[in-house]
Amino acid sequence: MIERTPILNIVTHLILFVGLLMLMVPLYLTFTAATLTMEQISQIPPRLLPGDQLFVNIAEAWTRSDFSQKFVNSFILATGVVTGKVILAAMTAFGIVFFNHRLRMPIFWLVFITLMLPLEVRIVPTYAVAANALTPFQAILDATGLSRLIAWISGVEVHLEWNLLNSYTGLILPLVATATGTFLYRQFFLTIPDELVEAAQMDGAGPVRFLIEHLVPLSRTNIAALATIMFVYSWNQYLWPLLVVTDPSYGVVAVELGHLVPNSNSTGGGDPQWHLAMAGTLIVMVPPVLVVIFMQRWFVRGLINTDK
Amino acid sequence: MADINIRKVAKAYGKTQVVHGIDLDILDREFIVILGPSGCGKSTLLRMIAGLEAISSGEIAIDGKVVNDIEPRARGCAMVFQNYALYPHMTVAQNIGYALKVAGISRAERDQRIATVAATLDISDYLDRKPGQLSGGQRQRVAMGRAMIREPKVFLFDEPLSNLDAKLRVQMRLEIRRLHQRLNATSVFVTHDQVEAMTLADRLVVMNAGHVEQVGSAEELYERPASKYVGGFIGSPHMNFLKGQIADDGCSVVLEAGPTLPINPRIGRAAPGAAVDIGIRPEHARRTGEGANLTVRYDFLEELGNGRLFHGRVGDSDFIVQSADKTPPAFGEEIGLRIDPFHIHLFDGETGVRLQEIASVAPARTRALEPA
Ligand SMILES: Nc1ncnc2c1ncn2[C@@H]1O[C@H](COP(=O)(O)OP(=O)(O)OP(=O)(O)O)[C@@H](O)[C@H]1O
Ligand SMILES: [Mg+2]
Repeated sequence: MIERTPILNIVTHLILFVGLLMLMVPLYLTFTAATLTMEQISQIPPRLLPGDQLFVNIAEAWTRSDFSQKFVNSFILATGVVTGKVILAAMTAFGIVFFNHRLRMPIFWLVFITLMLPLEVRIVPTYAVAANALTPFQAILDATGLSRLIAWISGVEVHLEWNLLNSYTGLILPLVATATGTFLYRQFFLTIPDELVEAAQMDGAGPVRFLIEHLVPLSRTNIAALATIMFVYSWNQYLWPLLVVTDPSYGVVAVELGHLVPNSNSTGGGDPQWHLAMAGTLIVMVPPVLVVIFMQRWFVRGLINTDK
Repeated sequence: MADINIRKVAKAYGKTQVVHGIDLDILDREFIVILGPSGCGKSTLLRMIAGLEAISSGEIAIDGKVVNDIEPRARGCAMVFQNYALYPHMTVAQNIGYALKVAGISRAERDQRIATVAATLDISDYLDRKPGQLSGGQRQRVAMGRAMIREPKVFLFDEPLSNLDAKLRVQMRLEIRRLHQRLNATSVFVTHDQVEAMTLADRLVVMNAGHVEQVGSAEELYERPASKYVGGFIGSPHMNFLKGQIADDGCSVVLEAGPTLPINPRIGRAAPGAAVDIGIRPEHARRTGEGANLTVRYDFLEELGNGRLFHGRVGDSDFIVQSADKTPPAFGEEIGLRIDPFHIHLFDGETGVRLQEIASVAPARTRALEPA
């Protein structure tokens, strides 16, 4: 299609440019602030040109927040969530799409409902469960009178307990248990022609083989997308780690960054150390940005090699 | 060795009955073509043989063994799909060799067999390509290769040529037939293209709305269609049908449109007064000046290159005459036709079933009776 609309072109480019500005200005301010000294940052009017203190500030922020440990924790959290999610979601969607069984629709709706209940909404019950992951089972046993039966037969009081607070498991599991990934896979699996499934069946591939040798390779762009989204999502988790972790050795970067941001608690009434907070922000931003840049190449490759 | 016995096989999706109790015996090494219009249940039948669709009732036995509850992979069938269904993420070689890989056959043997199959199908140059980088015809060959490599007892084809252009279709048709002969397998081929069906088949199965209408060789189906449906389905251009009644002498038909046509006197069950449909193939209606026993009101001409179709009307029915005649009549002119009694097919007016000759005449004899 050939279009000659010079005015429209200018307008669209203007809009794009404004959007770019809105994105870049805060980033630029963060960067400049991270390069200044304490005095420079407090001066009025604010200084807009970068200083030379970047590495000093970064080193200071790094040690003060114990980022060595926190980065490890955040990586464990993020990779745990990504792996768990990619696998669990693939298997759930596989079960929902390719098997015709009676529980198919109920399971589908259960998964669907969790879409409406993100972690933030159900954070209190989730916390209660994390405090003792076996609570639901205990409740079932109690309600059905089974625990009394067991106590009566064996004399052992049934008391199930599995505490997930202050553990990687507790950090990761609730973030894995959401429906977004399942839906991404489901939509993709639904586009796979029946003939392909049947061809694999005729070739003798069972369900597990079909999942591993056909579905996984076919959904690699989906996996890359999901992994990227989930990595950034879990890297940026704040509320859940804040609740479930009290032991600083399990702390994650986002929460720690919160501690760097000046408020009356952290400065104890002293001067707000914005240069350190911004230096910390810069460091914390790096991994998600790298992941996005790296994974983007993957998307593009997936898009160019369109397999018909 | 693999014959397929289909006994009273039916398929229902919920309450809708799609295939109604089909009986069919397919012989070892036979090339069977299942022919029928869209939605008549051809694919469903084929997929029940393959094991991709559960059988609602009845029994399918391959090689004497009932396979109702046997998984597709254990039935010894290979299938070629309409849209080829190649694995898009695998190379041609991997596609062809996949069944062997699943079966746990060693890499060396696999490679060797892939090479053989690829050479047979003339696709050796593309082994490293992905299906997305192949043309339609090449993909078709890969799909065939994937089916061939397992050396199956039974080949199942579900309209594998319908996505190819006309020329390629003719070529692949011949190759499929050649392969069938070489591989000594039993082939079941589904299509709705009667030319394809007639050139490929040892025997044809004509299906209509979930029933088998007739089973037989192309020649049998053409010369002695068992029902009005088959008569109209087999042959191109299609058979002309006229309504009428058996005359009192039992030896002729009085058409609704007026004229009386003599019929083969050996046709039994032709009770005088019975309502019948008569079928006349366009190529059997000969234009003639004198001795005409039927006249057609001429409408327009269709040029075929090797002949012409004169379209017209007899009473309220369309009527086509195929002829090499070069002189087109004027619009609305009456064309005189001579119809040989032996070329008139008689079908029961209500059930559409063919009224058979009394003595069942051997096909060779039937042909001898007909004027050249
Ligand atoms: N899963 C299904 N549920 C309900 N009805 C179905 C299902 N699959 C097929 N049918 C019906 O069964 C009938 C036969 O389908 P089938 O695919 O065998 O037709 P076909 O003869 O192969 O036609 P075509 O030439 O168009 O491929 C059709 O009327 C179709 O609507
Ligand atoms: Mg079909």
